[in-house]
Amino acid sequence: MSTVSVRDITVAFEAVRVFNGLSLDFEAGEFIVLLGPSGCGKSTLLNAIAGLLDISEGQIWIGGQNVTWEEPKDRGIAMVFQSYALYPRMSVRENMSFGLKMAKTPKPEIEKRVKQAAELLQITHLLDRRPDQLSGGQRQRVAIGRALVRDAAVFLFDEPLSNLDAQLRNELRVEIKRLHARLGKTTMIYVTHDQIEAMTLADRIVVMKDQMIQQVGSPAEIYHRPANMFVAGFVGSPQMNFIKGRLEDTGSGPIFVSGQRRLPLHGYTFTGSPSPGQEVVLGVRPEHLKIVELGAWPGFSVDIIEPMGADTVIWCSDREGSLQVRTSGDIRLSAGDHLNLGIDAAQISLFDAESGQRL
Amino acid sequence: MSTAIPQGRRPRHLTIGRIGVYAFLITAALFFMLPLWIMLVTSLKPMDEIRLGNILALPVNLTFEAWTKAWSSACTGLECNGISVGFWNSVRILIPSVILSITAGAINGYALSLWRVRGANVIFGILLLGAFIPYQVFLYPLVRIFSTTGIYNSLLCIIIVHVIFGLPTMTLLFRNYYAGLPIELFKAARIDGGGFWTIFFRVMLPMSTPIIVVAAILQVTGIWNDFIFGLTFAGRENLPMTVQLNNIVHSTQGERAYNVDMAATMLAALVPLVVYFVSGRWFVRGIAAGAVKG
Repeated sequence: MSTVSVRDITVAFEAVRVFNGLSLDFEAGEFIVLLGPSGCGKSTLLNAIAGLLDISEGQIWIGGQNVTWEEPKDRGIAMVFQSYALYPRMSVRENMSFGLKMAKTPKPEIEKRVKQAAELLQITHLLDRRPDQLSGGQRQRVAIGRALVRDAAVFLFDEPLSNLDAQLRNELRVEIKRLHARLGKTTMIYVTHDQIEAMTLADRIVVMKDQMIQQVGSPAEIYHRPANMFVAGFVGSPQMNFIKGRLEDTGSGPIFVSGQRRLPLHGYTFTGSPSPGQEVVLGVRPEHLKIVELGAWPGFSVDIIEPMGADTVIWCSDREGSLQVRTSGDIRLSAGDHLNLGIDAAQISLFDAESGQRL
Repeated sequence: MSTAIPQGRRPRHLTIGRIGVYAFLITAALFFMLPLWIMLVTSLKPMDEIRLGNILALPVNLTFEAWTKAWSSACTGLECNGISVGFWNSVRILIPSVILSITAGAINGYALSLWRVRGANVIFGILLLGAFIPYQVFLYPLVRIFSTTGIYNSLLCIIIVHVIFGLPTMTLLFRNYYAGLPIELFKAARIDGGGFWTIFFRVMLPMSTPIIVVAAILQVTGIWNDFIFGLTFAGRENLPMTVQLNNIVHSTQGERAYNVDMAATMLAALVPLVVYFVSGRWFVRGIAAGAVKG
């Protein structure tokens, strides 16, 4: 079991300083996903933890030891890369045993571990092939196998599935999750820009943007209670609807007003105390908008219908603007149809229009 | 015949433009082939035939006498042992110089591209600058340095000179090649516990075949064709083939033996020629690999 702890780190790239004292704790055995758009610093953070990138300030602790100045090989980590990074001139077996050979592990032990890892990943029949004779999925399995034999307490994944096609990605995603469950005690830190991977794999998600942590929380927290507009917009597909408006107080509690659209907010739990007249943005996920006979928000007409099989996304608009609604796949509507939308205040998110923070 | 329905491969027509292109290409090819042709036929003729002046004509009495004479008995100054002495001198200079300069360049390029050496860019810049300074500038200082250290005019001396002057190009070549490889490979090797030399020998070098071939071609032809370093640093015992060739051509008394001169020249050009023919495809592939990825 190994906890990983990043304490007040800063990384300097010549004149540019990033992170500026970022701290983050990973619990032992946890599956943590660092999620963010490209350039948000998630890979940089992972490389710093691995020791592949020198930090200029702060400390990195792994398994209760300060490893800030340790070489990557002495940190008790294993890493899987997006580009597989298999040694092209070595067979699969040699690839998997290279690290153990470097560590002067006795031969029988190497063979045993390679065999075990290969069986676990079902690549035993590939052991004598060279990487260029493997498909993308097989290569990534070998790369995972190479990490596995190191028997590390912490696994680092740097966008391991991004080079694979959609179906293979789903397959390997499940396999990584199963692997984490089977290994039980390993901490896994997984970098991705794919929110589906983040939602399905993570115990906790760390959402990052511009080298700053936006929110840390369980997938459900991230999805249902996003801390700010960036997180709300980045996680979820189709994207959350944002409606600009302001708060008004009618005496019986706050109410959201945007032109003709009005929504009483009894069901909504505020994190702070809202002030009447405040400019706000209401965020509502497409599946939380319901098509109803008599709704809170009438007068929408259908613009575009996107059938996705299991469900259908309907783009509809009123005079205020356009919204996406996600309904069941068997709905029968056509462009130009009129409909009313129902909305539950308990399922929405409210953000301050200026700061973008959750209210 | 009615016009065909467009389907399948588009037919190619011989247009005026295309004829022009071919004409130009063939002329250019002939232009560059001509000297080789003249040299070849001249070297195979006896002197009587050469005196007639038909330099393009095929030999009437085919003879290899000029070739044997050029190889083993033509006079280079006072000695008359042919160009073979120079050939073996060149081989002795070539092999260690090529191996050492490529090794040094590969290690340099590897260190500069993958290990974040402090001031790597500055070091590399200075090294490249060295490639642009005319060799003549270095000659006198180097002669002084070598005579002070007592290795002037020796095989060791000329080898050191070739390694030093090969370094900028070799470093550039390998640096760009390694910079073009996925950096994750290097990272993976570091996590697997490889050190500077292990990663170099076990991971990087096995992947370097294309660039090593390119480097070898450049160095073999460059060092083989070198004249000025050989003349300046090798010493009388180790003069390379190019210097010997010059001596043969210029030390003839009386009638100039054109056929022997031509044969000697062809012999001297043989090694680079063979290298180009054997490795032409590799050469192009390696240059492209280095260029596109670097």
